[in-house]
Amino acid sequence: MNQYIFHPFVLPFVLGMAFVLTYCLVGLFRVIFQLPKDDRKQFLRSLVTPKTAWANIRDLFGDCLFHVKIWKRNPVLGYMHSAIAFGWFMIIVIGHIMLFTLKPLQGVEVEGFARTFTNFYYPIFYKHFATETPVFAFLMDFFLLMIISGIIIAVVKKIYSKIVGVKRVTKFGFADNMIRFALWTIFPFRLIAEKTNIMAFWWLYSIDLMVFMCMLPFTRYMHIPTEALFILMRHAGLKAREPRKGYALAELYSCPSCGLCIDACPMSVNDKNSGNTSAYFMKKMRNGDYEDSQRIAETCLMCGKCVSVCPVSIESCDIKFSQRAATPYSINSDHSYLDAVGMHRDTSLLYFAGCMTQLTPKIMRSMKQIMEAAGEDYEFLDKDGGICCGRPMLLSGKVAEAQAMIAKNTELIKKSGAKRLVLSCPICYKVFKDEYKLEGIEILHHTQYIDELIKTGRFKVSKGDVNYVYHDPCELGRAYGVYDEPREVIENVGNLRKAKSEKELSICCGGSLGSFNLTQQERDEITQNSVNDLMFNNPDEIVTACPLCLKTFAKKSPVAVKDIAEIVSEKL
Amino acid sequence: MDFGFCLSPSSHVKMDTIDLTTFNRLKETNPDVNTCIACGSCTATCTAGNFTEMSFRRILLMLQRGKEDEAKKLIQHCMLCGKCTLVCPRGINIRKILLDITR
Repeated sequence: MNQYIFHPFVLPFVLGMAFVLTYCLVGLFRVIFQLPKDDRKQFLRSLVTPKTAWANIRDLFGDCLFHVKIWKRNPVLGYMHSAIAFGWFMIIVIGHIMLFTLKPLQGVEVEGFARTFTNFYYPIFYKHFATETPVFAFLMDFFLLMIISGIIIAVVKKIYSKIVGVKRVTKFGFADNMIRFALWTIFPFRLIAEKTNIMAFWWLYSIDLMVFMCMLPFTRYMHIPTEALFILMRHAGLKAREPRKGYALAELYSCPSCGLCIDACPMSVNDKNSGNTSAYFMKKMRNGDYEDSQRIAETCLMCGKCVSVCPVSIESCDIKFSQRAATPYSINSDHSYLDAVGMHRDTSLLYFAGCMTQLTPKIMRSMKQIMEAAGEDYEFLDKDGGICCGRPMLLSGKVAEAQAMIAKNTELIKKSGAKRLVLSCPICYKVFKDEYKLEGIEILHHTQYIDELIKTGRFKVSKGDVNYVYHDPCELGRAYGVYDEPREVIENVGNLRKAKSEKELSICCGGSLGSFNLTQQERDEITQNSVNDLMFNNPDEIVTACPLCLKTFAKKSPVAVKDIAEIVSEKL
Repeated sequence: MDFGFCLSPSSHVKMDTIDLTTFNRLKETNPDVNTCIACGSCTATCTAGNFTEMSFRRILLMLQRGKEDEAKKLIQHCMLCGKCTLVCPRGINIRKILLDITR
């Protein structure tokens, strides 16, 4: 019987653990104090609001422990992550339960501070100090083997990533590779140490833990503690305001660099550009690589696909946007000429074609036909070329300049006395929904409007036998979930075929105004890939609901590309 | 030929006295400015050009002739809507160039 429960080999672990706990605590306060005052209040209040508290609990268990979103993406990948993370969590929990059920420890009564100190490392190394009851022994071994099975999959994935349905994985630097090696070896060492009780393996196990803990704050594994905080902040409804502070900082450190966004990103069609995906962007932002992160922020198409596949739900587009907004410009815009712009006639139904629709007059003509067939009394907001909606300017990060256009358009719309506003361009639709304050005015995209007209029987359409495929524009689909209305409209005039990737997984056309740096050639590659995806079921025509997508696809498509308004007006 | 006197003042632009720093910097970061054929498609579609003198074609010409101040005055009217980029037959990334000039 030992006199006290201590052995020098526990020291590396104790040091590592003390370091990581201090680091996380300081980091927690830093993030909370970096939040703007209102955001901080909102965050603290959300913690005690029953509704958000429930969502917090649900997601803390669902995302941090059971990894539901990864399971949904790929079961093998889900098992790999759950086995390691959930298994490790269970080992820690059971270890602590044993701590309270098995006392006195090894027949030695340890009291006061010594007891607290012992509790710190005892559950990690208990096998060296005591023998446990058979039930606990079984549970501990079970979860340890579960972790090791996860690690085996991880090692296989490193060699052949397609086994978990992943084509491209994130490329890591020295630190990330080293900590991963430490993580992979922790559990085999523990197993050997527990079964053989050779001192060398206890030392290796403890040193491995120290390496992992000490490197954790400077590598991607920081997502383990940060994700919990990020979930709480996300449910509080916070938004990234500054690129590297407060909420954005929590998001940056929550990114596990898993690389699921790399395969999803439309830019990845060109291998060179797969380095411009969100996983690398977040990594470069964390490492303080300002020049590269600025370049990636301005290269991104802002299509939002990485956000929809992200297992942690990180709004990387918001961070990219705030990074753009933080860029200084030496020349300011002068939009004072907007004051002179006026309206033609007051009306209850306003139609705003938008810049891009002005370039595709066939959409405008079709919309005129449709509105006339429905007997609507409508007026154009931009008959002879109006003011831009402000979204392209906003995407460049020039918020104040965009607000000038938004204010002028708001004034014109309010003055017209309109009750409804129909838009043909999803780019406009997004900014009207997000930024415009148009109380009492219903904002509709023309897909929603046409769907409503058909359903209420305002006009009749004949159904043809053309096979259409529908392309979801990013700013209509992923941003606002308008998936069903356009599909129902198409079902009314023809047959709808499926694309390979649909709805929230739809691929950007490549023409997006979000990107500033992509060259025409790089954009063409993205377009070709998107067209191939749409042609999966050999449709006769490609239908989209965005004038920009229409113009972009028309260059590369082997079949006719039409707007949804066009195919309806053909069947009037 | 320069005899030291003439009937009317010379109308040619003295290329060696103009300041081309902005244009040269632009050429470095955006080599595609060299491919512009000055067709004017960008000007014809410009949203801001509907209300003002704004014209990308003219801005580029001004910069090539060292008229930086005039070019910067015009550029202030731009709404960055991107129609010019979309219609450019040479595929020049005009939005990026406009943004770079204002940096």
